[in-house]
Amino acid sequence: MEVCNCIEPQWPADELLMKYQYISDFFIAIAYFSIPLELIYFVKKSAVFPYRWVLVQFGAFIVLCGATHLINLWTFTTHSRTVALVMTTAKGLTAAVSCATALMLVHIIPDLLSVKTRELFLKNKAAELDREMGLIRTQEETGRHVRMLTHEIRSTLDRHTILKTTLVELGRTLALEECALWMPTRTGLELQLSYTLRQQHPVEYTVPIQLPVINQVFGTSRAVKISPNSPVARLRPVTGKYMLGEVVAVRVPLLHLSNFQINNWPELSTKRYALMVLMLPSDSARQWHVHELELVEVVADQVAVALSHAAILEESMRARDLLMEQNVALDLARREAETAIRARNDFLAVMNHEMRTPMHAIIALSSLLQETELTPEQRLMVETILKSSNLLATLMNDVLDLSRLEDGSLQLELGTFNLHTLFREILSLIKPIAVVKKLPITLNLAPDLPEFVVGDEKRLMQIILNIVGNAVKFSKQGSISVAALVTKSDTRAADFFVVPTGSHFYLRVKVKDSGAGINPQDIPKLFTKFAQTQSLATRSSGGSGLGLAISKRFVNLMEGNIWIESDGLGKGCTAIFDVKLGISEGSNESKQSGIPKVPAIPRHANFSGLKVLVMDENGVSRMVTKGLLVHLGCEVTTVSSNEECLRVVSQEHKVVFMDVCMPGVENYQIAIRIHEKFTKQRHQRPLLVALTGNTDKSTKEKCMSFGLDGVLLKPVSLDNMRDVLSDLLERRVLYEGM
Amino acid sequence: MDLVQMQKSLQDYTKSLFLEGILDSQFLQLQQLQDESNPDFVSQVVTLFFQDSDRILNDLSLSLGQQVVDFKKVDPHVHQLKGSSSSIGAQRVKNACVVFRNFCEQQNVEACHRCLQQVKQEYYLVKNRLETLFKLEQQIVASGGMIPAVELGF
Repeated sequence: MEVCNCIEPQWPADELLMKYQYISDFFIAIAYFSIPLELIYFVKKSAVFPYRWVLVQFGAFIVLCGATHLINLWTFTTHSRTVALVMTTAKGLTAAVSCATALMLVHIIPDLLSVKTRELFLKNKAAELDREMGLIRTQEETGRHVRMLTHEIRSTLDRHTILKTTLVELGRTLALEECALWMPTRTGLELQLSYTLRQQHPVEYTVPIQLPVINQVFGTSRAVKISPNSPVARLRPVTGKYMLGEVVAVRVPLLHLSNFQINNWPELSTKRYALMVLMLPSDSARQWHVHELELVEVVADQVAVALSHAAILEESMRARDLLMEQNVALDLARREAETAIRARNDFLAVMNHEMRTPMHAIIALSSLLQETELTPEQRLMVETILKSSNLLATLMNDVLDLSRLEDGSLQLELGTFNLHTLFREILSLIKPIAVVKKLPITLNLAPDLPEFVVGDEKRLMQIILNIVGNAVKFSKQGSISVAALVTKSDTRAADFFVVPTGSHFYLRVKVKDSGAGINPQDIPKLFTKFAQTQSLATRSSGGSGLGLAISKRFVNLMEGNIWIESDGLGKGCTAIFDVKLGISEGSNESKQSGIPKVPAIPRHANFSGLKVLVMDENGVSRMVTKGLLVHLGCEVTTVSSNEECLRVVSQEHKVVFMDVCMPGVENYQIAIRIHEKFTKQRHQRPLLVALTGNTDKSTKEKCMSFGLDGVLLKPVSLDNMRDVLSDLLERRVLYEGM
Repeated sequence: MDLVQMQKSLQDYTKSLFLEGILDSQFLQLQQLQDESNPDFVSQVVTLFFQDSDRILNDLSLSLGQQVVDFKKVDPHVHQLKGSSSSIGAQRVKNACVVFRNFCEQQNVEACHRCLQQVKQEYYLVKNRLETLFKLEQQIVASGGMIPAVELGF
C-alpha cells in the first residue's frame, strides 16, 4: 500500500477510493490474522506436520503482513509520527521475515514435493500388497478346498466312493459344468468313460488311448488345457450356439502295490493312467486360473494315493479272507485226522483182542494135538502148524501194535538162541513153497558165525522170513541163495560204523534172488508202509506191503541197517541187512526144537526161598499169582489190602507184586509209602512190580512216575513170570512183560 | 470104560471147552502150576472162584434190584468178577463182565439187568463144565491113571 505522506487532505476526490482501500486493507488484515490461527488450529489437530518452525516463520510473516495492512488503516488520514514509525517497523520486519521465508521455501518446497512422490509410491505399494493379499487369500482358499477334498476322498476306502466324491467336490469347489473320469480298460488300449458328475448313467463310451491329446495330457503331471472339441471332452451332444467353456484335463496315476519301493516314494514309471476332464460352464466367460489348475493337480495326486490305498486294502482283505478260509479248512482237516486216528486206535484196540483170541485157540489146540498119538508125518505137520501160527501170532501182535512201533515203545525180547538152528528152521519153512516153484535155495553160513547168540529170536526170524519170502515170491525161475556172515568193517552205509565189541557182533545176511529185479528208482519206496511196486509179476502176489517196513523197523531196533541192491529190472536183486547180536557164553539149554518162543532160562535154584509179597484184593487172582510164584520156588506172603501190605512189608521181601487194577490212584499211593518206609535203607527196599490188565503207555508211565520198578500184564503166564523175575533180579528194573 | 478111553474123552472134553471159548489159555497156565507139591491147585483155585462168584452175583442181584441203583457199588463187584474170571481163564464170563462194566459206566439200568443175566448164564455154564471136567479127572485118578500134563505151546 502506498503510504502517502501528503499534507493536504484529498478527501473529496479520492474519498471513494480511499474508502475502498480502507475496507480492503481491513479485510486483508483480518484474513492475514486468521490464516495463522487456522494453520495453528489444523496443525495442532494433525500430528504429522514436520516443519513446525517453518510454520512459525510463515505465521510470523503473515502476522506481520497483516499488521502492516492493519497499520495501513491509520495512514489513510493524517497520522502522527508514532504511527509512521510503527508502520515502518512493521514493514521492515515484514520485509525481513518474508525474505527469510522466501529463502526458506527454496529449501522446503522440494522436500514437500518429494513427500508427495513418496506418498504416490506408498500408494502404489499399498495397491500391490493388496493384490498380493488377494492372491494369498485365494491360495489359502484353494488350500482349504484341497484339504477338504482330500479329507472327503480319504475318508473312504471304497474305490467307487473315492472317485465319485472327487468329482462331486471338484465340481462344487470350482463350479464346474461337467467333470468326467476316463479309466483305462483291461486291455490298456482304450479309455472308458467311467464316472461323470452330472450324468447319472453315463453311456459306455470308449476312446482309443493313443490319441495325441491324451498323450499330451499323460506326458506331463500338470493340468493341461485342451480343446473342448476333443473326443474326451465331448460328453454331451453339442447344443448349438453356446460357447463351450474351457476344458482342462489331468492325468491320475493308477498305482499298484509294486510301485511302492521301500526307499522311494512311488515311482511314476507306472504306465497306467486315468484321465480326469474338467469343464467350465459353457456360457460364462470364466477362465482357468492358475490356482485352480494347481488345485486340480493336487487333487489328482491325492486321488491316485487314495485309490492305491483302496487297492491295497482290498488285497489285504482278500488275503485275510483266504487265510481264514484256509484256517477253517485246516482245522477241519485236523479234526478229521484226529477222528481218523481215534477211530484207528479204537479199531486196533478192539481187533487186538478179537484177533488174539482165535489165535490162542489155534495155538492151544495145536499144542494139545501135539501131545496126542501122531504118526511122524502128522507130527511134522502139526509142528509146522504150530510154528506158523506162533509166527502169525507174533506178526499179528506187531501189525496190530503198529502204533507202538511208531511210538517207539516196542522193545525187543532178548533171549539166547541157536543161530544155526534158526537158519535151518527158516529154510525148512520156506522149502515147501520153493520146491513147488522149482527154486533151489542154498544156505551158506560163515564158519566164524557164532552158534549161540543173544537177541530177539522171533523178530529176527520174522525179518529173515520176510526177506526170503519176498525173494521166493518175486522169482519165477532161477535160484535163491541165503548167506549169513559176521561182517567186518567194510559196510556200505557211510554213516554206519561196525565196531564189534567184545560181547557183540554184527550179523550180516544176504539174500540173493534171480527174479524180476527192481528199478533202482523204486528202491527207496520199498521200505515205506503199504507201498508196492506195480510190475506185472508182483500184482498177483497180494500181501499188504507191510513186510519190508516192519522188517526195517526191527532191523533199526536191533541197531542195524537194511538195504536192497539191484542191477535193474530182470536182473534179480540182493537184500542185505546187518543186525547187532550178543554173543552168548557157551550154550544154555538148547531149546525145544521147532517152537519159536523165548526160551526158558531155568533158574529155579535162584528163586528158591526168594521172599515175595503179593497184594491183591481179588481172592482168585491172589491165589493164582501165589500158585505161580510157589511153583517157581518162592516163599510167598499174601495180603489183600494196602494197609496190610504196609504193615507186613519188610526188608526180607525182595519183591512186592501189587494189583493196581482198581480204578483210582490209591493203589499207587502204596508204592510211595513203601518208598517212604525205606528211605533210609534204600538198598533193602523190595522191588515193586505192578500187576495190571492195561497195557497202554499211560499205565506204564503212571507206574514209572510212582516209583514202581516194573509192570506185568495180567493174567501172567508161568514163563512170563519166570523170565520177569530173573530179569528183575538181575537188572533191578523191568518194563517188559507186555 | 477103560483108562485110555477115559483119557481120550477128557482130552476131547477139554478141547471142546477151548473150542467153544469157554476157557482160554490162562486155564492151561493154571494146570501147569499143578505139580507134586501142589496136586490140587487147580481145583482149589476153581472152588475159590465159585465161592467168590456166587457171593458177588448175589450182591449184584441185590444192588441192581434196588429202587435207585447205586452204580458206585455195582461197578466194583463187576470189576472183581472180571478179575477173578480172567485169572482162571473163564473167557466168556470175563467178556460178559466187560460188557457189563461198559453199561455200568453209562448207568443204563435196563442194559445192566440184561448183562447180569448174561453173566449169570455164562457163569453157570462154566461152573457146570468145570465140575464135569473135575469129575472126569477124578474118575481117571480113581482108576489109577495119570492126568496127562498139558504141554504148553505158547
